[in-house]
Amino acid sequence: MIYSVAALAILITMGLALGRALLGPTVYDRILAVNMFGTKTVLLIAVFAFLSDRHDILDIALVYALINFISVVAVLKLVEQGNFHTAANSDNEENNK
Amino acid sequence: MIVEMLSWFCIVSGGLLGITGGIGMHRFPDLFSRLHAVSITDTLCAALFLLGLALQSGLTLASVKLLVVFVFLLFTSPAASHALANAAWLGGLKPKLDSQQPDKESC
Repeated sequence: MIYSVAALAILITMGLALGRALLGPTVYDRILAVNMFGTKTVLLIAVFAFLSDRHDILDIALVYALINFISVVAVLKLVEQGNFHTAANSDNEENNK
Repeated sequence: MIVEMLSWFCIVSGGLLGITGGIGMHRFPDLFSRLHAVSITDTLCAALFLLGLALQSGLTLASVKLLVVFVFLLFTSPAASHALANAAWLGGLKPKLDSQQPDKESC
């Protein structure tokens, strides 16, 4: 019962975040919404581990928390520089033009 | 019994905070204020959910794993928010300010 309530609240929040990711005016709004969606996915996996009474699934939540952070930073780097292979302070302005 | 009620309180208030943050995602006007709504759901809502689940499981390996997830979220969520705000600022996005405010006082 308590886990169903928690899963329902998390799913509503995920739906709202997904709406912002689809509507968002700038690309940063979309990245923000995807970040929130990923954090809520971690919580949903944790709640699902208790809901199905298999506590091993908590390891997947742990891994997903790490992947979420790395992917947000990687997408930010991609948006900022246009590629993955230039360093942060190089002259990528000319490469983009 | 008391632990059960505390767990219910944590999960229900965490869910309410999450839905509030989701509504704030839609009603705030620009990116930097939306960042504030997302930070609430990333920190306090996640902490309350994980605390409620840990109260349900007691002192077992599961609650240790929940604590580790919470520590990871505690460190990575402000870092991701800062990186996002920094990238948006460098990308030319400025916060929406009240236009009636005089310029000298809005430092």
